[in-house]
Formats: sequence, structure tokens, C-alpha cells
Amino acid sequence: MNRREFLQTASATAVASGTAVTAPAVFSSAQAQARNETLLIVSESGPNNLDIQGVGTNVPGYEASWNCYDRLITHPMKTVNGTPYYDKDKFEGQLAEDMNVGDMSVTFKLKSNAKFQDGTPVTAKDVKWSLDRAVTVGGFPTFQMKAGSLEKAEQFVVVDDRTVRVDFIRKDRLTIPDLAVIVPSIYNSELVKKNATAQDPWGLEYTKQNTVGSGPYKVVKWTPGTEVVYERNDNWVGGVPKMKRIIWRMVPSSGNRRALLERGDADISYDLPNKDFVELKESGKLSIISTPYSNGLQYMGMNVTKPPFDNPKVRLAMAYAMPYQKIMDAVLFGLSKPMFGAPADAKTEVAWPQPTKYVTDLAKAKALLAEAGYPNGFETDVSFDLGFAGVNEPLCVLVQENLAQIGIKTTINKIPGANWRTELNKKTMPMFTNVFSGWLDYPEYFFFWCYHGANSVFNTMSYQSKAMDTFIDGARAAAANGDKAAYDTDIKGMVDLAFADVPRIPLFQPYVNVAMQKNITGYEYWFHRRLNYATLQKS
Amino acid sequence: MLKLIASRLATAVPSLIGVVIVTFLLTRVLPGDTAAYFAGPAATPQAIAEIRAKLGLDKSMPEQFVDYVSALAKGDLGSSLSTGQPVITEIATRLPASAELTLAGLILALVIAIPFGIAAAVKQGSWVDHSCRIITTAGVSLPVFFTGLLLVYVFYFKLGWAPAPLGRLDAFATAPPDITGFYLIDSLLAGDLETFRASLAQLVIPALTLAIFALAPIARMTRASMLSVLSSEFVRTARAAGLTPYKVIIVYAFRNAMLPVITTLGMVFSFLLGANVLVEKVFAWPGIGSYAVEALITSDFAPVQGFVLAMAILYVLLNLLIDIAYGIIDPRARAEA
Repeated sequence: MNRREFLQTASATAVASGTAVTAPAVFSSAQAQARNETLLIVSESGPNNLDIQGVGTNVPGYEASWNCYDRLITHPMKTVNGTPYYDKDKFEGQLAEDMNVGDMSVTFKLKSNAKFQDGTPVTAKDVKWSLDRAVTVGGFPTFQMKAGSLEKAEQFVVVDDRTVRVDFIRKDRLTIPDLAVIVPSIYNSELVKKNATAQDPWGLEYTKQNTVGSGPYKVVKWTPGTEVVYERNDNWVGGVPKMKRIIWRMVPSSGNRRALLERGDADISYDLPNKDFVELKESGKLSIISTPYSNGLQYMGMNVTKPPFDNPKVRLAMAYAMPYQKIMDAVLFGLSKPMFGAPADAKTEVAWPQPTKYVTDLAKAKALLAEAGYPNGFETDVSFDLGFAGVNEPLCVLVQENLAQIGIKTTINKIPGANWRTELNKKTMPMFTNVFSGWLDYPEYFFFWCYHGANSVFNTMSYQSKAMDTFIDGARAAAANGDKAAYDTDIKGMVDLAFADVPRIPLFQPYVNVAMQKNITGYEYWFHRRLNYATLQKS
Repeated sequence: MLKLIASRLATAVPSLIGVVIVTFLLTRVLPGDTAAYFAGPAATPQAIAEIRAKLGLDKSMPEQFVDYVSALAKGDLGSSLSTGQPVITEIATRLPASAELTLAGLILALVIAIPFGIAAAVKQGSWVDHSCRIITTAGVSLPVFFTGLLLVYVFYFKLGWAPAPLGRLDAFATAPPDITGFYLIDSLLAGDLETFRASLAQLVIPALTLAIFALAPIARMTRASMLSVLSSEFVRTARAAGLTPYKVIIVYAFRNAMLPVITTLGMVFSFLLGANVLVEKVFAWPGIGSYAVEALITSDFAPVQGFVLAMAILYVLLNLLIDIAYGIIDPRARAEA
């Protein structure tokens, strides 16, 4: 072999090996086609049940329910800061073509072309059966229905094959919005009944594994803890969804989720650490959408039944001792809305959440503590849920540092996710940080759960105040009767009282962060904060 | 041989009964309230009580134990709450995934560690010996999740050689027909070379991660045991008789040095199953370890009990296999049994 021949073969080999290297990346055309029509979502955890009405369905399970079932009504979109955002004040028919609100009832007429995924038409019987099921099965679905005064099966009446009436047991502004949340999904009742057993009359075991709705997608394969594969419903009443297939893979390591996005292998992910989102935003390779949680707040709560936090002065001192800005900068990397430091002359608004006027002022905090009879501070615990340690742990460390400066010695108490709810229920933790957010975006809904003397699980502080109860009950009554002036007075009253008494210190309004490839469009923000597949598309 | 197997199995029965009782008790004393966890974020105490009754957790401890044992006798391990599936099917689908990964890691480790250990023993004090020491020490000191993430970073993120760390198969590939549950074997049996290549590609990095961790004990044990055999008289005789170094080292010395290595292998295999938990997390591998950890975090009793039981059975079988291997390698072990 002479030099010329050698060079020729060498370059030929190089070309050959070059093609060989790139070959695996170029998919066969069929596969490339499949990739274009398929959306790959990666997230930390997946559903444990495909039916929101099942026993103990987890939050990822809500996403499956939302996308596989329709409800009578839903919300149209509006635009908030450039992102499509559900319009909480407006409703449009999803299975219903017409909604007629009377004084003590609402009547829905079903769309004539609404069909379940097996081709049978959606009838009034299915609607009644599904709503009966929601108020009967117990647990979370029944509780959620109750929040809208939907409590008894007798409230749902079949008028004719395509008409259903929902009777009100009391006037409640939340009744109609509560029919547009995920829980009152409409099931193919005949199909479920066929698969129900004597022990399980509502067929919960069957719908756990099978999606039997009329929604835009259906689950074709579900490997718990690994993946969920959806295929679109071409006969969906809302039109043909954009993506043919959706693959949702569980990738537990957040570093790998980020790597998958950056390499372009995954299309969407929404549960990365804040730091990753900030860096991804800066790199500009992906589109990142951050939207504040609707009706949601992270707060520092104090148990007001026991010393020292039974003393309002101590709570006030704590409100001045929180490292607000440090939390925003060092923990959240700016990816949250501050809920502190409103200008001194700002007026209370008829809105929730809204910022307090508190700022970090350790001198004032120390003075308040002295006034309250704790000039040398005291010892206490601050607890958090390890399931959200990414935010909670550094947050608590910063709080601990600040409190140390005014003489309060704190021990950080890390509670595993599985225990967190048990601990909240006990209502014995002296101090704790937590998030609450309501699906129904109304101030009185939030206050009812978090501040009312009825002492729900979320009144984590065990806060009791006659005045507060009067404001909350008043606002609910005023809303039901459409008395705007009384409503506004009551909302302002409850906000002012909550900020003056500070049983819990608002810290910030968290963001829902979604990272996706640049060619993905159609993201919408919904009250449940999960993805709405029907509008997502890939160009 | 059959008698040996039978007697070994008989001794395993009491330990299995013990495992059943201990896991039952341990899962009950775990902190955390399953009902509260599954009632969801917006539950009322009443909703929690309803769920507790539905799950049978409101019964007394002995009643729950009787329920558990009688179900177990029927081969029913209960259902997992967090994945919603019967535990037995979950274990049946996940165990092969873990076993495939662990075996691949172990084989990879063997292929590297045994020649390395032999070379280090033969050339004691040479550069081979030193590099063996350095590499094995490094391998065992790096935590597996760290090696895993590092390998992903280098081979997937930076170089793009490895496929996306998305579990056993690429998201767009379909799994081979289920025969053994081992994707490599099943795809070959089905004659599907494309899937074989895809699942092999997914397996390389996680198996390498495990192998790096398993190198140290195998290489060190091979070296130590070879050293003692090499200094024994029959090796000196063989050498004096002018046999080839190959015959002396591999046929005479290595065969005699294998027993302690086999014992170590059993141990390595069991701690690889433990290390698997982290590797499975890093590579989104749908194995049994990540399943058990998830279940523990959510106080989901049934899978934890099922997992411990499956592991106990696996260990019993593993020890049996090692005993049998002993008998094959060393006739004296057979006689003693």
C-alpha cells in the first residue's frame, strides 16, 4: 500500500465511521414521525391511581384524571403575563352545551355529539351516576364536593336523557365553580357497572387501572412508578387534540431530568429545583414559564394555643424577625412572589393572597419580645415537611439564624413526608412552615380552611377568633347573595385581622415552573397546576 | 446432592417465618400514618378515618397479622397503595429488572476484577499490583449514586455516547415479549436485534456503575487467596516440574483459590442488590429497590413486607447455590455436607 492508497482508505474509513457514528441518531422515518407526534414528559413521581375518585389518589393521579375525563363545565382561558391562564369567573360547557342557573338549581343540557371513548353517547344517567359517586365514595372526592355544598345524591336529578338538574341545598357561590374542578368527572356508568363487584359497587378497582371517560386522552399503558402512555381520543367533543401520543416517564433524579431537557431528549418537565429553573432561564435554550400558585401561600405558622405563641406580641415579634428577602434570594432564587413589605400607606385590597406590611426589623422584634416578657428570648422548635426539603430546609435555617439574633433558640425538626399530615393533624407543633393553596380561587375559601374557628386541618395554628368567624361567614353569605359592598367589607376585615393577629406569617406565593423545548407551545395554567395535554403541541 | 438441597431448604424455613413476623412488626412501628398520607392534602379527620377503615388499619394488631398471614398463605401479598398494584405482580415484573442489572454489573466486575486480582498476585509489588489497589480503593470509596451521576454527566450529557438515562428502554422503543423478564434474553429469543441493542445500550452505564463498586472485594479477595495458594507447596512442585505458567496459575492455583472468591461473590451479590436502590434512582430503572424505598417513604406496608420476604427467599436460594458450587469445585465440601 503506498501513501496515496493509504490516505484514500483512511478517509474512506473516516467517512464510513462518521456515518456509522451519526446513524443511530437519525431515526428511521417512521420513528421520526412517531417522535414528532409524541410528547415526552418527565417528572419525579407518577400516579398511584388513574381515578381521582379512588382511595388515596395522589397528585400526579389528578393529572391523569384531568386529561382522560370531561366535566359538565370548564373554564375558558384568559392571558395573564403572556401565559394562557384559566378564567376563574367564566364558565363554558365541556359536556354541557347549555347551563341555566335558576334560584335554587342549575340545569345542564348535554351536547348531542358527546361520546365516551368506547363510542357510547354521554347521557344524563351517566352524569347523575358520576356525581352520585363523587358525593358517596368518601375521602377526598366527597370532601371536595362538600366544599361547594354538593353533599347528597338527591341533589342530582335526571330530567330527560340529555338534561340534568343540580339542586342547591343552600345558596353557595362555590357550587358552580366546584362542578368545574377535577373531581366531578363524568364516567361511562354502564362500563363501570359491568366491572363493579358486590364489595366495590362504584367500580373503584376498575377505574383505578382503566380510564373510562370522554376526555381528550386515554391511558393505553400504565406501569406504576415507571411510565404512563396516553393516546388521543380522535372523537373528543372539544376537537382533535394536537398530540397523538403522550409518554410520561418518571425520572427520580432531578439532575437527570435537567440533563434530558438540555439534551433535547425530553419535551417537558415541571418539578426541577428553583436553582435549575433560574439557570435554564438564563441559558435561553428552553422556554420556561413561571406562574404564581393561584390562591396559594407559603407561611410560617405558630401554635396559638400554647406559650409563647399565645401572646400576640410574640407573634408580632416573629413577623418582624423573618428573613424575608434572604429567603427570596437564597432559597427561591427570585422564583416566587414576595408576600411582605407592602408600602405603609397601601390599602387592603379585596384579593388574596396579598402582601403584608412586615419587613425584617430585628431591633423592633427584640423590643416587642421584651414587651411581651421575653427579654432573653426562649427555646422552640421549627418543623418542616422533608418531602419539600429543597425549599423548606434552607428556609428554616435562615429563620433559625435570624431568631438566634433576638435570643430565640430554635431546633429544626425535619418530618418525613409520610408523617407530615399526621403531625399537622395533631396540631402540637409550636412553629412550622407549610404551603396551602385552594383549587377554588376565592379569599373566603382560603380563610374558611385556614383561619376559621371550625378548626379544619389547615387551621394549623388552632386559631380561634369570634371576629374572624363573623367576617368569614359574612363574606360567604354576602357572596351567595351577591351583596358586593358587604362582601368587600368582610374580606378586607378578615385580611386586616389576619395580618394584625399574625397566627401565621405569609412569606411568599410559590411559582409553578414549567420547562419545555422551544418547539412546544400551548401550555396553559390551570387551578390544579398540572398539565393540560389537549392544547400542547410540537412544531 | 438432593439431600443437601433438602436439608438446606429445611433450615431456611424458621428464618423465613422469623422474617414474616419481624417485617410485620417493623412496618407497624414505623412512624407515619398511612391513612393520613393517602387521604390527600385536603382531608378532614373524618375522611382519614374512612380511609383507615377501608384499608383495614383500624383493626387490632393481632387481627391485622392474622389477615396478613392468611392472605400470604394464598400467595396474596396485598396491594401497594402508592402504585395501586398487587405486590406480587409488581415484584414479579420488577425483580427481573433488578436481577438483570445486578447480574450484568456482577459479570462486568468479575471480568475486570478476577484477571486484575490474579495479575496483582502473580506480579506482587509491581505497577499492576499498585494500580489494582488504587482502582479498587477508589471504586469502593465513591458512593454509587455519585459514580452514577458522574458517568451520566460524562457519557450522556457531555459526550452523548450513552442513551438517555430513562430506564430499561428508550421511551420510543417497545419492550420485547415477556418470557424471562430479562430484556437482553427476551429480545434475543424473539430475534429482535434492534431491541437487544437498545436495551444493551441502556444497561451499560448503570451496570458499569455497579461494577465499579463491586470491583474492590472481588479483586482483593482474588489477590489474597491467589497469594496464599501461590506460596503453597503444590504450586512450587508444579513450577519445579516445569509446567507452563498458564497451567500453574490458572489450572492449579486459581482453581484452588476460587472457594473464598465464590463466598465473596455471594456477599457481593447481596450488597449489590442494596446498592441497586441508589443506582435505580439515578437511572430511573424500574427495579425492586426503588420500589421498596418509595413504599417505605409513604409508609406503604404491603410492598415493604413483600420486598423483605422476596429478598429473604432470594438469599436462601443464593446461599443454596453457593453451597452447591462449593461441592462442584471442592469435593471435600460435598463430603462434609
